Amino acid sequence: MTEQNLNSFRNQPDERGHFGQFGGRYVAETLMPLILDLEAEYTKAKNDPAFHAEFEDLLTHYVGRPSPMYFAPRLTEELGGAQVWFKRDELNHTGAHKINNCIGQILLAIRMGKTKIIAETGAGQHGVATATVCARFGLPCTIFMGATDVARQAPNVFRMKLLGAEVVPVTSGAATLKDAMNEALRHWVANVHDTFYIIGTAAGPHPYPELVRDFQSVIGTEARAQLLERTGRLPDLLVAAIGGGSNAIGLFHPFLDDPSVKMLGVEAAGHGLDKQHAASLAGGFPGILHGNKTYLLQDEDGQIAEAHSISAGLDYPGIGPEHAWLKETGRVEYTSITDTEALEGFKLLCRTEGIIPALEPSHAIAAVAKVAPTMPKDAIICANLCGRGDKDIFTVAEALGVEM
Amino acid sequence: MTRFQTAFTANRSALVCFITAGDGDTAANLDALVEGGADVIELGMPFTDPMADGPAIQAANLRSLAAGTKTADVLRMAEDFRERHPDISLVLMGYANPMVRRGPEWFADAAAKAGVDGVICVDLAPEEDQDLGPALRAKGICPIRLATPTTDAKRLPRVLDGSSGFLYYVSVAGITGKQQAAIGSIEENVARIKQHTDLPVAVGFGVRTPDQAAAIARVADGVVIGSALIDIVAELGNHAPDKLRELVSSLAKAVHDARKDPA
Ligand SMILES: Cc1ncc(COP(=O)(O)O)c(C=O)c1O
Repeated sequence: MTEQNLNSFRNQPDERGHFGQFGGRYVAETLMPLILDLEAEYTKAKNDPAFHAEFEDLLTHYVGRPSPMYFAPRLTEELGGAQVWFKRDELNHTGAHKINNCIGQILLAIRMGKTKIIAETGAGQHGVATATVCARFGLPCTIFMGATDVARQAPNVFRMKLLGAEVVPVTSGAATLKDAMNEALRHWVANVHDTFYIIGTAAGPHPYPELVRDFQSVIGTEARAQLLERTGRLPDLLVAAIGGGSNAIGLFHPFLDDPSVKMLGVEAAGHGLDKQHAASLAGGFPGILHGNKTYLLQDEDGQIAEAHSISAGLDYPGIGPEHAWLKETGRVEYTSITDTEALEGFKLLCRTEGIIPALEPSHAIAAVAKVAPTMPKDAIICANLCGRGDKDIFTVAEALGVEM
Repeated sequence: MTRFQTAFTANRSALVCFITAGDGDTAANLDALVEGGADVIELGMPFTDPMADGPAIQAANLRSLAAGTKTADVLRMAEDFRERHPDISLVLMGYANPMVRRGPEWFADAAAKAGVDGVICVDLAPEEDQDLGPALRAKGICPIRLATPTTDAKRLPRVLDGSSGFLYYVSVAGITGKQQAAIGSIEENVARIKQHTDLPVAVGFGVRTPDQAAAIARVADGVVIGSALIDIVAELGNHAPDKLRELVSSLAKAVHDARKDPA
């Protein structure tokens, strides 16, 4: 029993929030007491059946879970190898996996007596999901979003405003997700007494990476049961796109102790790994940013590099600390997909399955298109279709040279 | 006596001045601060993502990086300062990533060789002291920690444990810039902190004028000025030294004399 626990990949982080050498709590002193309060409250909530009951009730009746597990017959046939299945989290209310986490965090915020909510957003999916739960619970909501992303994700900006959120465009740095997170942290430091920060990915200071993972693990828990029921066995390979890593860790975590299940995390290679990209595991080094130690795109002096991806949701120079640890242990393999390949993946799924994916999971689809043909026909791949593509059609049109 | 002990003498408060390295003519700016009467220099190491700073210091960081400032340049500025000013306390202040990039031992060694007395690492919570603290202490450099209005009595010992030189009380729960705390709350908090430690307590955030500085100097061991100096560099660039010297002189007089005229 003890030996089994020691060998488990599922018992991270330690009590200080470390995943091996990664994770931790690297924040300004003003935030430390609040981070410690949050940790204490999360520990209580985890052991409170009423908390779980409310979380699950909202996931069922508000989010629309469980999301379907879909076998993609025409894609499978076209690729000519392993069977391709999709976990359909793009069918959730608000169109991505982000809402799973927002439901969990807003329940924590309410438990802690916080009356204002802030969040950062890249693609706008997390911003929309946060604005949604704030409307649902009647809490005022401020979303920090890089000005570049405000421009390229206009439909989501309008959605957030419709939902009653204030959207603050951030102009510092490259005006994308990293800068939005800096600004959210600055606002939080000045408003800790009444404000809860709903972080959108499995990163940030402990306990965020842990609690975001736990809330997103509903994806993998459902997928595991659905695949067992439908195929009678566990899948051979899981595939998911990685920005900060929340949809990926949500799918992977419940399978980590199933040795037969391989896992592939897909980072954004942007213009290419030798040019500007967002693949922090492939092209970065361990460092400290936004409250945690993890792989970061940075120069020899520790200055953070600007990331690039066609997908606003992947356009971040870091990655959640649990992925950094899973890479170092070798339990999960990581690869990367360029903007051009992701666009091909996007078109492929539209054409073969009648599903318009977001640009983020288009990276996972492109990776599936590479590996499926190399696997036998009885092999099973399950990829996370973590968002729908409505928000991206303008970006895709521009990239394809189509005027709308 | 260490340089910090000289700076924080019992009978008067010390003036602590912050500027960002590589923003403007740093050597000339530093000389102006010393000539104006600064007791402790905080030299900011520029970082791309200064999460705890307001617009003025953010912009200073970016100006410095845009001018091509490297870690090696900052260390050289520190070393040159030490040669010119053997008696003035020098603190490097910045964020964790540039400090630990080549390993904590490398940084501690380089800082010690440059004659640095203390290091303030804004985003290194005491809980993560292992990343830098032991290396600094091994080289005789003081890890200077921050306490804030949210640091309660239960937490304070944790912050004090392993810190030395002085304690920096950040009087506002917020980022650097223009906000100010009420003097009553500063007095109360400094008194509270001093029950737990013999370290000098310097107070900063939002201090801009000689009057504000004098009020704090009556109740604290040091007064930290940052954004007000950065604003001068932002406005005047390479011509900042004269104006810096002028402002620092008036602040230094206010701080050093504060306890002479009873409040
Ligand atoms: C649909 C979708 N997928 C993936 C991501 C990337 O985040 P994560 O890696 O945390 O899943 C985003 C972020 O905005 C997103 O909107």
